Amino acid sequence: MRFFKTGLVKGILVGLLWWLIGFMLVEVIRVAMGLPAAWDPNVPAGPVAGQNALQWIVAGGLAAYEPAMVVAGIFFVIGFMLGVGTMSDWLKWVRGIDTPMHHGPKEGDPGWFRYFGADYSHKVIGLQYGVTAVILLMFAGTLALIFRVELANPELQLSLFGANPEVQGTLNWFNTLVSAHGMIMIGSILLGVGAMSNYLVPLMIGANDMAFPRLNSFAFWINVPGALLLVTAIFIGGWNTGWTGYPPLSAQAPIGVQYFFIGVFFIGMSSILGSLNIIVTTLTMRARGMTMFRMPIFVWAAFSTALIQLTATQLIGLSFLMVLIQRILGLGFFNPGFPDITVIASSQLWEGGGNPILFQHLFWFYSHPAVYVFILPGLGIISELLPVFSRKPLFGYKWIALSSMAIALVGFLVWAHHMFVSGMNTYLRVPFMLSTLLVAVPTGVKFFSWLGTLWGGRIDLKTPMLFTLGAISVFLIGGLTGPPLGTVTTDLQLHDTYYVVGHFHATMFGGFVFPFFAALYYWFPKFSGRQYNERLGVIHFALMTPAFWVMSLGQMLAGTRGMRRRVADYDPAWGIDGVQLAVSIAAFIIAFSVLLMVINLLWSSRRAPRAVANPWRSRGLEWQIPSPVPELSYATAPVVVGEPYDYGLPGSTYVQLAPAMTGGD
Amino acid sequence: MEKRSYGKHFIIVAVIILITAVITIVGLGRVRWMAAPATTQAHSVDALLGIELVAIGFLFALVMVFMLYSVVAFRRRNGEETDGDHFEGNTKLEITWTVLPLITVLILAVLGARGLAQATGAQADEVAVRVTAFSWGFTFGYPELGIDATPVLYLPVDQPIVLDMNSVDTDVIHDFWVPEFRVKQDLVPGVPTQLRITPNKIGSYKVLCDELCGTGHTNMQARVEVVSSSDFDAWVAEQQPSTDPAEMAKLGEELVASQGCAACHNVTGDPGGIGPTWKGLFGHEVELADGTTATADEAYIHESIVDPLAQVVTGYQPIMPASYGDVLTDQQIDYIVEYIKTLH
Repeated sequence: MRFFKTGLVKGILVGLLWWLIGFMLVEVIRVAMGLPAAWDPNVPAGPVAGQNALQWIVAGGLAAYEPAMVVAGIFFVIGFMLGVGTMSDWLKWVRGIDTPMHHGPKEGDPGWFRYFGADYSHKVIGLQYGVTAVILLMFAGTLALIFRVELANPELQLSLFGANPEVQGTLNWFNTLVSAHGMIMIGSILLGVGAMSNYLVPLMIGANDMAFPRLNSFAFWINVPGALLLVTAIFIGGWNTGWTGYPPLSAQAPIGVQYFFIGVFFIGMSSILGSLNIIVTTLTMRARGMTMFRMPIFVWAAFSTALIQLTATQLIGLSFLMVLIQRILGLGFFNPGFPDITVIASSQLWEGGGNPILFQHLFWFYSHPAVYVFILPGLGIISELLPVFSRKPLFGYKWIALSSMAIALVGFLVWAHHMFVSGMNTYLRVPFMLSTLLVAVPTGVKFFSWLGTLWGGRIDLKTPMLFTLGAISVFLIGGLTGPPLGTVTTDLQLHDTYYVVGHFHATMFGGFVFPFFAALYYWFPKFSGRQYNERLGVIHFALMTPAFWVMSLGQMLAGTRGMRRRVADYDPAWGIDGVQLAVSIAAFIIAFSVLLMVINLLWSSRRAPRAVANPWRSRGLEWQIPSPVPELSYATAPVVVGEPYDYGLPGSTYVQLAPAMTGGD
Repeated sequence: MEKRSYGKHFIIVAVIILITAVITIVGLGRVRWMAAPATTQAHSVDALLGIELVAIGFLFALVMVFMLYSVVAFRRRNGEETDGDHFEGNTKLEITWTVLPLITVLILAVLGARGLAQATGAQADEVAVRVTAFSWGFTFGYPELGIDATPVLYLPVDQPIVLDMNSVDTDVIHDFWVPEFRVKQDLVPGVPTQLRITPNKIGSYKVLCDELCGTGHTNMQARVEVVSSSDFDAWVAEQQPSTDPAEMAKLGEELVASQGCAACHNVTGDPGGIGPTWKGLFGHEVELADGTTATADEAYIHESIVDPLAQVVTGYQPIMPASYGDVLTDQQIDYIVEYIKTLH
């Protein structure tokens, strides 16, 4: 089996070995120091009566060895990265060995082989990002379906959540699934963003690869052990904190929270390294003649996104790392309280003197801008596809380009709107309300410019365009339901209710999911060389869009009536039973439609007819070269001689791929 | 290619937008979004939400109608290969739709700030009520009335109240939210917070915890009774410590229901609970995890509530929150002990 020789399998095996080494390292040191092997005396050090080892682990029993687990988790990531082979070249450089850049698959390897290991081509890495994103999306979506079954009716239904006293279920499972759904979806979105920017940015600016191909490969692969730790966290006790991981709750949560922290930390590291690559590539590797304002609009969006990722991601890594350290070293960053002198004098572990609200500031300083990381690329896709399918120039190109930068900038100044009722200084509420509402201005510019682009066009309703229009309608719901949360007065009622859940699902679906699906359909002929099944694509759209509207608006109505976030049950007196059932059914329809897309794309990539060279009659650079893109995308350097979206202007050209141009340089 | 004239299209689209906007705004206004308000603070929240719904309805109609109209009116006909008209933008339009939204959000911010001042501002003749949250329940104290810690929040109608709130130091963040009151505030360990309400409608309500606080979050709630001032005075008179065992057991049973004890401790004798059953507990021997045994007398139960990790019953996880000692008064613990005594 050749599969067992892939970097992925090697990475997992070496990672597990390193996990064991990390675990033993801590335990050997403990025993050598004369300490008991188990760290927490309050937790049974092994399976208790009536439990087998697996049940003990799933119930969070490994908490007895928490420091060893944490070190082992970090070692796992290091081992994985060594095993997958993405650091090999760097390690050779350290030893003074030269490693010339290798293009294309290795001799004798089958075509698929390079997708499962370290490969430096941005086209391979882009697809690796994309496939991983879709896998995580389906996994996290399945978690949501489980708790949507629970929420379809009032009272507890599922034994897993403790509805049946004879089965050992607990609401800890509910909290774990909710938390895992949130954070794995975020991981999926970040990977989806990575897929689009890695695959598209070099192609769109006429570059043959990213500025730092090895770093690019590293930045993708570090997501994989990160995601594996996130998934593992579910099965070693879970965590009950939601994706936000607020202490003091996260400081007291089951052991799963530590693998959640480590997983997020390394996925965040991927964001930082990946965005560095995007910024350098965009700034230094554009084709001749491509000024900043002649870049495809998606590149502007990816560039703005990368600026946020590069400068904000550290804060979530830091805040989670601080709780991780607080748990195993007893540093009371976020625990309040000043114990009396007898406690300090004794050798008892004292965690105190900190402030729980500090965490929220650090956390949201990333996690609000992160929302713009999720949506800006999607809004870029909308702006990119509208001109192609309307056969018209993008209305107000510069305004749209700069509105992305404006959103990125203002996005840094609004984080505390997540904290209006948190207990922070009350006078901070009004300035943060103002800055939050200002985000509506550049967002509005985008909406109106999109309408201007559609007006008077020749609108062609192919699947990518349907998803683009669907994205506008859904993002509109997400955008318009924001101000009631942004104005403090109404937020006092709406904060942390299902209204918020409805609002941000609309934002995420309109700003990421719909555009991402549009992008998958639109560039499918580019990366596979074949044409997807249009009819199935239309069915996917026709199922998902109305189902999403029902889901999102239903969630909001449930929330204003009294449904809180992250609860397994609700009061039948609120009259939201029907709404909840509708939301659950809609969730299943969405899941089914996504499955249709996956089947469509998988089937089409093998069996569908070959796509024509430029099926959308796009002016984009990437459509002027063959599909699938050859190993060396641009054999001759393209030269940009016009505007990217001059549809309807006879005789205009955007780019020349003329070989004649190369001689004169 | 000749440029088309869009005058006719603009007139049609404007008419449809107006009609749709009216329908949407009226429709949004008719939806029963929230339960009927029950405080004076609710007014500013509901009023602002009403204004925002009008703005939402109008903008929704504007964008959706414009988009759908374009899709229908400017769709590509079968076999049509021509491009649309070439216009790249219009700076005046862009400035217009930058400045108008800017003015709108500034107005919204002013309204929001004024509403906030009304919804949270200090009032004359406030009565202070202390709210303590713990995993997983609330207790309420009335320092001015000498009432220490009750599981139900009794409030006299039309009386301005200031809630001085805190979560137990060793506990996690909770939140105080009564949907009918419209305002909410987190309760944070070590960081005191405040909330102001003037209930203006007699009735029964529920405080819900609206900040994820662990396994018991779903069920973390407390009863709120807004009563007439004479009923309130009668209730205050009742709050004197009881010495009658039957009365004490009844108060204990109420505490058990409101303080979350029943989530782990059943009274049916079923040994499969998260914590030991209370049926037949009093006066009997219990085996402890350290191998010793103890007799479940008053002192044992008292200690098990105040310091639950000191004596863990064998076969059970040491997971009971240690916060009950801070939350319950000795008097209340006595009530609970009296209640457990009745469970033969």
